[in-house]
Parts: sequence; C-alpha cells; structure tokens
Amino acid sequence: MSIAVDDDLTERSKENLLRPERFLWGILSFACGIGLWWLATVSGLSVLPSPWTVLMRMIELAFSGQLWLDMFASLRRVLIGFLFGSLIAVPVGFLMGWYRIARAVIDPWIQFFRVIPPLAIIPLAIVTLGIDEKPKIFVIFLAAFLSSVVATYQGVISVDRTFINAARVLGANDRVIFARVIIPASTPFILVGFRIGLGSAWATVVAAELIAAQSGLGFRMQQAQLYYDLPTIFVSLIAIGILGLIMDRIVVRAEQRLTHWQERVYHD
Amino acid sequence: MTELQPKISFQHVSKKFGDGLKSFIALNDLSLDIADGEIITVVGPSGCGKSTAMNIVAGLIDASAGQCRVSGNSVKGPGPDRGVIFQQYALFPWLTVLKNVEFGLKLQGMGREERRKRALHYLELVGLKEFADAYPKTLSGGMKQRCAIARAYAVDPSVLLMDEPFGALDALTRVKLQDQLLETWAKDKRTVMFITHDVDEAVYIAHRVVVLAARPGRLQEIIDVDLPFPRNEEIRLSREFAAIRNRVWRAVYDQ
Repeated sequence: MSIAVDDDLTERSKENLLRPERFLWGILSFACGIGLWWLATVSGLSVLPSPWTVLMRMIELAFSGQLWLDMFASLRRVLIGFLFGSLIAVPVGFLMGWYRIARAVIDPWIQFFRVIPPLAIIPLAIVTLGIDEKPKIFVIFLAAFLSSVVATYQGVISVDRTFINAARVLGANDRVIFARVIIPASTPFILVGFRIGLGSAWATVVAAELIAAQSGLGFRMQQAQLYYDLPTIFVSLIAIGILGLIMDRIVVRAEQRLTHWQERVYHD
Repeated sequence: MTELQPKISFQHVSKKFGDGLKSFIALNDLSLDIADGEIITVVGPSGCGKSTAMNIVAGLIDASAGQCRVSGNSVKGPGPDRGVIFQQYALFPWLTVLKNVEFGLKLQGMGREERRKRALHYLELVGLKEFADAYPKTLSGGMKQRCAIARAYAVDPSVLLMDEPFGALDALTRVKLQDQLLETWAKDKRTVMFITHDVDEAVYIAHRVVVLAARPGRLQEIIDVDLPFPRNEEIRLSREFAAIRNRVWRAVYDQ
C-alpha cells in the first residue's frame, strides 16, 4: 500500500484510469454473487427465492406502480427529515463552534441524544405525535440533525488557527473571518456530516416503517413477512440498497465539487 | 524628526502565559528599537520568545507588561500596516492564488478591476503570474511561500513580520527567496522583522541580528552585521561573514 499526495492533474488522470477498471471489477463481483445465489437456490441448499423469481416480482411490482409508490413514500420521509435536520444542524453547529457558552449549553444534550438510537424514540414519538407521517419524519430529522451538528461544530473548532491569524493580519474582523474563513474551512466536515446523516436517515426510515407505517419500502417488507412473501422482501431490500447508494453518490459528488481544493491522500 | 523615531519599539515588554503555578514567562522585559527601513533578524533557542515578540508586534497577542509601538502608535490588535508571513504559509486552500492575494485588498474595499491588477502585479513580482488561477494544493512549498509573500506585499504594509518563513523549504529555494527578499527590500526599504533559527540566514539578510535567550525569553545580545548591501554569494562566502556568523552562533548556543 502506498500513500501519495497528488496534485490536480495527476489526480484527474488517475481517476480516469481507474474508473472503467474498477467498474468492471464491481460488475464481475456482483455477477459472481448473483451466480452463487442462483446456485444455492437451484441446488436446494436454500429456501430463498431464486434471482429469477425476484426479478419477475420486481417487474410485476414496477408495472403495477406499487414499487414506485413505496419508494416515493420512503424517499419523501427521508428527504424532508434530512433537509430539516441538516438545515437546522448547520447553524446550531456553527453557534456551538463559535461561542464557547453555546457549546457548553447545547453539547450535553447532543451527547445524550446521540447515544440513544433514533429508533428507540419511535414509541415515544408515536404516542405523542400520532401515527401519521410526523413521528417518522421526526426520528429521521433527529438522526440527520445529530450527525450533522456534531460534524459542523467539529469542523469549526478544528479550523487551523493560522488561517484565522492570516485573515486577521490582512484586516479581517470577526464577521469576515466567520464568512470567509470558518465557513469554507469547515465545509469538508459539514459534507461528511451530511453523508453520515443521510445514511442514518435512510437506515432509520426503513426501521421506522417496519414499526408503524401504511406505506413505504419498510412497510412493504413487513407486510410481505406476514404472508411469507420472500420475493417481495428481496425486491424491497434491493430497492433500499440502490436508493441508498444513489443518494450517497450524490452527496459524494457534491462533496468533490465543493471541496475540490482540498489536498487528498490516496491509498492504493 | 520622524527619522529619529523608531519604526518598531519594544519598551519593557513582557509576556506571561497562564496563571499561578502553571504560568510561564515567554518574554521578560524586552526593550528594542528597530529603525525605519531596517532589517532585523531574531534568533535564539526554542522557548526564547521570538515568535511571541513577533506576534505582539503583529497584534495577534497582547503584552502582559510594557508597551510595543509601531510608527509611534501603541499596538492594539492586527492591522494591514503590518504584513505577516507565517512559516506554514497560511494560504487559504479554498481560494485560487489570485484570490488569496486579493483577499486583503477586498477587505480594504478596493474595486474588482484594481484589485485584480494589483494582485497580478505582485504575483508577477514573485514569479507566479502563470499560476494565478491555480489552487494552493498544486503549488510546491517555495511557490506557496512566494504566494504568501505576494499576499502580504499587496496590502502595502510598512512593516513586514516574517516568522521563520523559509524554515520548511530546501536549502536552494531558501537562498533564492532570501535574495528575492533583499532585492525587493532594496526597492522599497520596508522595515523587516525576520525570525529564523538558521544563523547563516540571520546574518545574510540583516542589518542587525538580535539574539534572544530562553527560559525566560530575554534579550541576550544585539550583533551588528557590518557587511555592505547588496549582499551576494561573494559576501556569503567571505571571511567577514564567517566571523559574524561565528559570533552569532556562539551567542545562540553558548548561553
């Protein structure tokens, strides 16, 4: 394993070189996995449905519109909860990073709620917020908020002191330092927080739907479980995986766009 | 006469960090006058308070006792009249080279066109004009420091404070930047306070070398560098240079 810090040019060419090759390996690996799965089902080693059956069910659910409705219901909850969670987390995180007192007051609460799995809040949320969308969106909000807020304030407190001094000696006041130094310098941290937040929001929505919902991918799986409908469970799982992957890629892309100026260390 | 007024003046300046048993005296009763247009280098073992002294002039930290004056005014916080060049370059990595140099100008409210023209002028001066649109991560250490120098010069400070600016660079780049600094100084005669741990560097660029002693940080000796300007390789290799260097060396290491 070698570690190299690349400059802009080699970084790009390296990625281009690697991409098709890596993509092929990924495809190959997936194909092998599906092959093993198929072998296990035809040989009778497993009671799982075969890849073929799952594919048929997927097409069926896609054509009936059921799959899209479920995906839409889950995505909607995630996006609303995540959007509110992270939008509130960023200013709160900045506040905590910038003012010692704000940190001292808010931090204990965050540390406390951080160790409670968001799912453990669901019973309380259902009792107090009812059984409609509110409790689900609330727990997702909480999951996204907690990871983004911690990342943001970590970002603020780890801004290199010399950047602040350099700005001050060039004539910057606190307001300018905040806007032109603290915000850009902590952006990479915030984006990592978003990525983790989106991941935990997605994990939380599915679990929340398993417990209390009338729609969504988690709800569909829970229903299928009642009828021993394994193919539908598989279809839902695959949809969850693909949607999660797509959302993660979008955040990673945004991250690369917004923080292209960062020196990155590659591990090969 | 303004000529008689020192550009930078330390008057019994002390700095103590912390309180009670854990307190530590970084600088003890330093008095020193630096004339307008003079290049002063400050050397000393670690813990001698050389960076502390510079940060007090820069206005980044306050003196615990005594007073520091720049152009006759007591220092109250940082200001664009004192340009600072840090060892770690401190370029903003999210800004291009040009935008880094424009940073201070923008804060002064200078218009877009003028800002750009001025920044490009200083980038040309340090030989980085072609890299105006590059991000700092693509530059070598020497180029980063040249960019930082352009950024400090652009706001036209009357005093340059340099905290081991060439410390992280290889020997050859270091010599080149020393010559470049002297060349620029010959044109504008700015007052320079330059901190270094390299005795050769201290002697080569200075009018006077200030040697500090450690624990507590205090003035040890001031050594005049009686060598002509412009300095060049011939001077660097001369017997006179060696004699002064040896004197500084002894003052630093035989404390």
